[in-house]
Amino acid sequence: MKRSIKPIFWSLFGAGGMLSALVGPMLIFVTGIAVPLGFLLPRETMSYDRMLAFVDRGFGKLAVLFVISLFLFHGLHRMYHCLHDVGIHVGAVLKAVFHGLAIVGTIACVYLLTTVGR
Amino acid sequence: MTVGPGQAVSNVKAFVRPMGSWWLRNPFYRWYMVRESSCIVITAYAAVLLCGLLRLAQGRLAFDAWRESLASPWAVGFHLVALPLVTYHAWTWFKVMPKTLPFISIAGHRLADRTIVVSGVVAAIAASILVFLAVFLNAPRVSP
Repeated sequence: MKRSIKPIFWSLFGAGGMLSALVGPMLIFVTGIAVPLGFLLPRETMSYDRMLAFVDRGFGKLAVLFVISLFLFHGLHRMYHCLHDVGIHVGAVLKAVFHGLAIVGTIACVYLLTTVGR
Repeated sequence: MTVGPGQAVSNVKAFVRPMGSWWLRNPFYRWYMVRESSCIVITAYAAVLLCGLLRLAQGRLAFDAWRESLASPWAVGFHLVALPLVTYHAWTWFKVMPKTLPFISIAGHRLADRTIVVSGVVAAIAASILVFLAVFLNAPRVSP
């Protein structure tokens, strides 16, 4: 019997859901509100030099990769299920596009992380 | 779709029930849609970060332009909308965790639903404090 690839995407959806539930709100607050406005945290927290130093370390690379990739897999998987809920019945092609976008985003992220600062 | 006896496949008229705006019919459905809509901002947020990484790889000028755009009212507005939506997603995520996790037994007793939900929420609060402190304690000192 051909094995389904559903569990893979389901697991990535779950991992992204868990990660975004644990730290999503705080990450959005820090990178999207506090630092850009200089509220509680100085604007220079995300300066070019500091961010370059952050993604230069293994931990920084992994953190960026996990957040971007898993958030994409979570969001896009749920988005295509949402389309069904609002009456747009997506076929296999559109479903592949949603998962494909998450895969492309992940590959782009890995590529950028290996080339950044070089 | 099942086809009845003597019925040609081409004659089957699939009835698709009109959906209307079913999510407006009752508060439970409305909150369901609010939860599901969090996927849009989570995806968009990942795209914002990916864009930032691209700009970082392009160099100082490009990255500074990205930081500048993050401070624009549109970007701040987006994050202000995303924050409560993702927080609601987090709450619902832990609320259904007793159903989504496999049964956990400790000393022959199934872990109570309440314990699972509470530990999820506590873990999220602890992780969030940890993230904030890690950023706050490493933040550059602002010269007076």
